Amino acid sequence: MAGHAPARREFLSNGAALGCCLAASPILTPVTLASAPHDHRLVVIILRGGMDGLDVIRPLGDAAFSTLRPDLRLKETDRGMDLDGFFALHPALAGLMPLWRAGEFAAFHAVSTPYRGKRSHFDGQDVLESGIGLEDRQTRSDGWLNRVLQQLPGAESETAYAIGRSDMLLTRGAAEVADWAPDAALVLSPQAQSLLEMVMHDDPLFRDATIEAIALSGTDLAAQPGRSAPRGGDMMNAMRENMRAARGGARPASIARFAADRLRQDTRIAAFSLNGFDTHSRQDKSLPGSLERLAEAIMTLRNNLGPVWERTTVAAMTEFGRTARLNGSGGTDHGTGGAMLLAGGAVRGGRVLTDWPGLAEADLFQGRDLRPTRDLRAPLGWLLRDLFGFEKRVIETAIFPGADMGPDPGLTR
Amino acid sequence: MRFDREKADIRFGCGLSPRIAPPRDIQQMIDQLKGPDEASDVFPIPKTETILELARASRAARQQRRKATTEKSRENARDARRSVRRRVQRLALDSLANGFLRRALTVDGLRERLCAFWGDHFTASGKGVLWRHARPAYVETAIRPHVTGNFADMLRAVAMQPLMLHYLDQHLSVGPTSRVAQVNRTLDGLNENLAREMLELHTLGVDGPYDQSDVRQLARLLTGLSYNLKQGFIYRSSFAEPGPETILGVTYGQGKGRLEDIHAALDDIATHPSTAAHVARKLAVHFVSDEPAEALVAHIAARFRDTDGDMAAVTEALLEHPAAWQPAAENVKRPVDFIGSALRALDIVPRHIPKNDPRKMLDLLIMPLALMGQDWTGPSSPEGWPEANEEWITPQRLAARLQWAMSAPFALRRVLPNPEDFALGALGHAPPQDVIRAARAAETRAEGVGIVLASPAFQRM
Repeated sequence: MAGHAPARREFLSNGAALGCCLAASPILTPVTLASAPHDHRLVVIILRGGMDGLDVIRPLGDAAFSTLRPDLRLKETDRGMDLDGFFALHPALAGLMPLWRAGEFAAFHAVSTPYRGKRSHFDGQDVLESGIGLEDRQTRSDGWLNRVLQQLPGAESETAYAIGRSDMLLTRGAAEVADWAPDAALVLSPQAQSLLEMVMHDDPLFRDATIEAIALSGTDLAAQPGRSAPRGGDMMNAMRENMRAARGGARPASIARFAADRLRQDTRIAAFSLNGFDTHSRQDKSLPGSLERLAEAIMTLRNNLGPVWERTTVAAMTEFGRTARLNGSGGTDHGTGGAMLLAGGAVRGGRVLTDWPGLAEADLFQGRDLRPTRDLRAPLGWLLRDLFGFEKRVIETAIFPGADMGPDPGLTR
Repeated sequence: MRFDREKADIRFGCGLSPRIAPPRDIQQMIDQLKGPDEASDVFPIPKTETILELARASRAARQQRRKATTEKSRENARDARRSVRRRVQRLALDSLANGFLRRALTVDGLRERLCAFWGDHFTASGKGVLWRHARPAYVETAIRPHVTGNFADMLRAVAMQPLMLHYLDQHLSVGPTSRVAQVNRTLDGLNENLAREMLELHTLGVDGPYDQSDVRQLARLLTGLSYNLKQGFIYRSSFAEPGPETILGVTYGQGKGRLEDIHAALDDIATHPSTAAHVARKLAVHFVSDEPAEALVAHIAARFRDTDGDMAAVTEALLEHPAAWQPAAENVKRPVDFIGSALRALDIVPRHIPKNDPRKMLDLLIMPLALMGQDWTGPSSPEGWPEANEEWITPQRLAARLQWAMSAPFALRRVLPNPEDFALGALGHAPPQDVIRAARAAETRAEGVGIVLASPAFQRM
């Protein structure tokens, strides 16, 4: 459960008498950030289900790869876009090639969390989001991104945003994290809005949350064609539309648009998750859609962040990789080593970073998975040092206890 | 500050109903609570045995698929799997629909609220296709029969539930010198999760008079608590650490581990004065205020101590104290209470709940609950749902409440009452004037009803 914002609320209730509420809401008022000692932006995307790193960043240069993935041999034209002569990018991520060419996209390959053995989504995601191995973990651990906030001097309630309807362990903990699901956006007639303001007026808790909810709803509605405040008789249609939107879940683009909108202002850290990476069968059919959504999210961030993109790092990570071999139904099963994807103007990209373990039978982890050669938390730790100036000691004890950061891969510019 | 019929239903029950009169007095509330559980007869929710049966069927279907060699046998295995999935979905939707129908139509709202409270106090939840829906069955089996019984019996019951044992890893806990550990050194060792949460959350409280050594000793004592899909709870003596163990200065067991020794320890912890204080404060916070009157807490705790945790008497202590009837409605309804009391005010009956239409159930109940912050499969931590109002009324969560209030009543009911009449029924005899004005001024019935439900006067209890 994310913490929330009493300080912010006090601020709101001082200034915002309903009626002129939106103009007085600080959300719509530019706030200077002179006090914030760091200006970098970090976006963490959790890819749920276990993304197949070997299919996304394909080691075509490894002789064993074509034996493990015989389907790719058949498709000469569809083998992916060459990255560095050894690795190729999955065709569904073609949208990210301009970033690669601009040196704003990188991958870190053959990494994994410290989770080993049972290959359970739930345990794997718990380890990924808590940043702590199962054996070191208490039942109620907090998320590593929340611990990052706890270490940030001057972090406030809007410094980090958890976006989307799911309650992420990643951002849970003692530090305050704002949350918003674009699919919770309200569609209200002007009359309903003013009547709501009337009944909320004398209750500061409800009044202030209503003001913010209406303001936040406006952020995304404006950008979505076909979703605007209804008038009178359109109300029922609007409600049905609302229901449909909620059922379908927020599209990655609307999540990313919302994130970009916040990151252009006070917010320094945003996190959300994308589902659909558990590709047990017909991976050639099931994976592309999920990858396209990821590319759409990243490109939406880039296109909406404006100059802030230069100071932004997007890190997309998953609970584990998948089996090196294709299974009998054209998919892959839960594995171990995989890839983390990095994008953003702050990233020193155009590179696939890896201590490549090889894919020969003897090189595989337990004879089946890509062998992780580096703890995922090591590059993440260096990233946090680059972005927020944390000391290595703080990262290895307070943020990723038990992790060994090893040598600096120099991830940022 | 004294008993008020409408407050009794709003604060301690499931809200006001146009069909069912609120309780006359505290005695009637307690009598109903001690009387037959009519709501569970009319709107049944499966028990743990049904979960186990489905788990066995699911396992059998998986085995069938593994063994299948012919196309025909593969087809049969697929059918078996599909059938299990359908039954799980049926179980999930029935549990959800009947849980809300109980709230909408019960005469004994206090029972529903107490079951939710204790189910939350002893939070357990599962993961995976079947077990994520096991929570209602767990509450029905281990909590509901004990809300007027002894706290110690409830503690024993939850400690023997497969869902709890799995949730807090107790079934994996192996005594370091147990029989099985002597034979197989690779087995995982002691797991302290259940022991720790039992002391910290379920009984003594985080400020209670225990230390790490008590946690460790209790963890050793609890080894052997386990389950399988055939029998449900089992005591696996081969996992049990030989005694004695000393917890809070009392020594239990000698030599071979025994279930009786575990029960003896649980009984002592359940009736400890710190448990009385911890439970009393939680009740007062949950039902009355995030910052309850100390006199109220002390009164409940004293009754708990005097009766060794007789829950009917403890509940009566809560109800009979003047501070419980403070005029100001401070606590915000949790999403389940909010939706439940809205359904009750709207006079929802079984035919209104689209329990055979999974998509509508998703739109109207499941998704809204998640967006309001109370996922129907349970909280994400053993601490249970948060109590603080600020946790629930965030922009996102409130937006989800407002959206539901404006759209779900019409979708469920089609025919909506006059908003002004609805306000009088839903808010009681003295509704705030601006809510009445807003109800009158709304452009449509749906908006008018929505604004009444959205008002703090309805959302607080």
